[in-house]
Amino acid sequence: MSDKTNIILNINGRDHAISVESRRTLADAIREECGQTGTHIGCEHGVCGACTVLVNGEPVRSCLMFAQQAAGKPIRTVEGLAKGDEMHPMQRAFMENHGLQCGFCTPGFLMLAVGVLEREPEISDENLIDVLSSNLCRCTGYQNIIKAVRAAAIEMRQS
Amino acid sequence: MSEAKTQQKLVGRSVARKEDGPLLRGQGRFAADVNFPNQLHMRVVRSTYAHGKILSVDLAPALAIPGVHAAWAFADVADIPPIDFRLTKLEQLAAYRQTILAKDRVRYVGDPVAVVFADDPYLAEDAAEHVVVEIEELPVVLHADGETGEFRDGLSTEPAIIRKGYGNVDAAFDNAYATVSLSLSIGRHSGVPMETRGAIGRYIAVTDMLEMYGAAKVPHWNRDQIAKMFGRPPASVNLFEGHVGGGFGVRGELYPEDVLVCLAAMRLGRPVKWIEDRREHLISTNHSRQQTHRIRAAIDRDGRILAIDDEFFHDQGGYMRTHAATVPDLAAAMLPGPYRVPAYRAIGHIRLTNKTPGGTYRAPGRYESTFVRERLLDAIAAETGVDGIEIRRRNLIDKSEMPVTRALETLGTDIVLDSGDYVRLLDKALNGVSWTELQAQLKQRRQAGELVGAGVAMFVEKSGLGPFDDVRITVSTKGLVEVVTGAASVGQGVETVIAQICADTLGVGYDIVNVIHGQTDRIGRGLGAFASRVTVMTGEAARLAATKLRDKVLATAAELMQLPADGLDIVDGEIVRSDSSAGPSMSLAEIATALAPGAKFLGEREPGLFAEASFESHHMTYPYGVHVAVVRLARDTGAIDIERYLVAYDVGKAVNPMLVEGQIVGGVAQGIGGALYEDFTYDDRGEPLSVTFADYLMPTAREVPHVDVIISEDAPSPLNPMGLKGAGEGGTNAVGAAVAAAIDDALGQPGAITQLPVSPQMIKAILKSRG
Repeated sequence: MSDKTNIILNINGRDHAISVESRRTLADAIREECGQTGTHIGCEHGVCGACTVLVNGEPVRSCLMFAQQAAGKPIRTVEGLAKGDEMHPMQRAFMENHGLQCGFCTPGFLMLAVGVLEREPEISDENLIDVLSSNLCRCTGYQNIIKAVRAAAIEMRQS
Repeated sequence: MSEAKTQQKLVGRSVARKEDGPLLRGQGRFAADVNFPNQLHMRVVRSTYAHGKILSVDLAPALAIPGVHAAWAFADVADIPPIDFRLTKLEQLAAYRQTILAKDRVRYVGDPVAVVFADDPYLAEDAAEHVVVEIEELPVVLHADGETGEFRDGLSTEPAIIRKGYGNVDAAFDNAYATVSLSLSIGRHSGVPMETRGAIGRYIAVTDMLEMYGAAKVPHWNRDQIAKMFGRPPASVNLFEGHVGGGFGVRGELYPEDVLVCLAAMRLGRPVKWIEDRREHLISTNHSRQQTHRIRAAIDRDGRILAIDDEFFHDQGGYMRTHAATVPDLAAAMLPGPYRVPAYRAIGHIRLTNKTPGGTYRAPGRYESTFVRERLLDAIAAETGVDGIEIRRRNLIDKSEMPVTRALETLGTDIVLDSGDYVRLLDKALNGVSWTELQAQLKQRRQAGELVGAGVAMFVEKSGLGPFDDVRITVSTKGLVEVVTGAASVGQGVETVIAQICADTLGVGYDIVNVIHGQTDRIGRGLGAFASRVTVMTGEAARLAATKLRDKVLATAAELMQLPADGLDIVDGEIVRSDSSAGPSMSLAEIATALAPGAKFLGEREPGLFAEASFESHHMTYPYGVHVAVVRLARDTGAIDIERYLVAYDVGKAVNPMLVEGQIVGGVAQGIGGALYEDFTYDDRGEPLSVTFADYLMPTAREVPHVDVIISEDAPSPLNPMGLKGAGEGGTNAVGAAVAAAIDDALGQPGAITQLPVSPQMIKAILKSRG
């Protein structure tokens, strides 16, 4: 299984030339080969959503995608949300609404919410909760996450 | 005279968390993010049988794979003693401890049998599959309340019985107006944090220092244990806590894998990394909760409790782990709750079964005993025909009786309920849901054919377990404040709360206060984060140290400014006159500079601007709460929807109400999991059936309702000057009890719910049985 292929992963606008086995997951490649450890791995079977990143603008569970499948496609991770010192409205909203405690699921929720709101800024509340129910959090009880995403949605629509 | 400046108070305010920035930017440092050059990766080979005799373990096929550097079975680690008990030790439990690899028997699916070490985690996983383990299957014990079996060497699967109580129980039952009896059970569920466990061992030969990263909860205790197990001085072992992705009681206890990475780092001379996968987590990290109770109450004609008699069976799983008898002990000790119980007897059977071993999980023993006790109160109400709220009122301990000494002991402390106004909190909770109007609305809806109902549950929690905590505060010559604690954080906001307390006491902003926790090389001793203890114990130690430091600052400033110390104040890091904004001032940085090593001013003084303090406490503090649940049942599917939820919780003093509320709401979500969804189930051979998040169902944003929270401060603890009580477990404690009561009410069938979790199938069966 150690035949490796050279690929390029474009993460947050930067190319990473890496060499991976065909079975290497995108989550592992982002974290290990590209050193971007903000993307977390919670279950490796595609249920918890902690590893959610954006590939071609779509939320993807990076534990269920092979690195090679993402070669050459634009990938966005939590590290790419802030512009320098300035946090993304979603990050700010999580802070202001106490939408995180241990912070482990947070990057996955941020990417899921940003991805969905960029594609569907006017998403209904019903659908928003439906989308957010695809990721698991074990600390917050979700209420503050929902509040944060609603607040960020308003701000994102205005900008 | 101009108006003097004053410091704005931080304690009691919902200030933003200090922790959030890095976590939101993806700059966290969780266990899996820790890497060292030249590290090896460990993979554990786990038993696929629930009970069996190990006939052989063949490591050779794994060792033959290029890139595999070592593989061990029990014979390779036979010199390492089993993992010892941290709490609630009982002599007779010692023989039931777990060795770091299984010796000659496996006792649950997931029991570590061998380990392999390879260059790459994928390769390590491949290699583990090449280890050939031959096991002769043995009969399994899967029910704690059934027949006992053999643990090994003729030892019974019932290692100990917990007995607690006081008063003449039998006489009370003989003279009772009526007796109410119930059989109840709580399912097997656990903390299941979003981050799985992980540990990285590193040995530095040049200093003979052993290090472990990925520590949590109790780093100092684990450091001492690892040292003891390896026969090393404690000072030659250090544990480091990074970011911790949720603890809930299960993470941070000393597990076989922690010891194995440390041992391998020393023996193989390379750093060794182990990151648990989710399937492993669900079969090897502590389970909790599973108990069956047979409880009865003796009551008088008005429904007042004369005695409670409970016999229960605690399903401990394969081995006795670090918690020893903690969970059943707490269940027995805390069961009486907020009520007057003149005579009490609890007999708890600790039973070993062929399942994943158990430990504590948020509100350990209390989620269980609150469910049992509150079901009992509801049954007393049904028996006497008195409303459930009124029955509770008649039995609640009155404020005038506080403090109440119960002739019970747990966690090495006598139970003395320190303060509380239980009746008042019940009223607050009922007002919070407009109980009378709610009842009228529910009645109307039921008449219209809906299955809706409300339930109430009350409880007493415990928090602030001692016996001590230390804090050391240092001010740098730049005026920055560093607080080193022996606490740990599992993500609950320790840094923010301790910084708030320290900043207020000292007279600085909390943004310049850096709180260190979970680093054994920075402070000699520490008890860590469990039992809702950190805010109480470390918080008060921080206040004491900051008070000492403040005195030191003012005494030094008085000399430098030629003013009396009692005429000075510290405001936002500036030492100013307390009676006017005019006149000279000095900064904290200048005071620290004046006391820096080599400074002219120093003279005979000890260099450095720092202070240390310890807080000791030999009794716990007892917060208390009320949960109210409103549920709707679907007639066709049996689905249970929680429409409304309220928690009223008295924490004595809330340092940061936003964080307290966060603890409560998060706790409720976990409680809902145990009440309705989460259950570790097994087939009849002991094969675990809940090994992925597709079969172990945790609540999502869909299932958790909005939770109304009333944070109450009616009963500050007399045991510490700030009146603090812990807030970590009250959200979880009574969910099973309140939801069960609400479902009974929706069904119009008192006592319908006797076990957790309640599934739609159960509701359908109840509805069907009624025709």
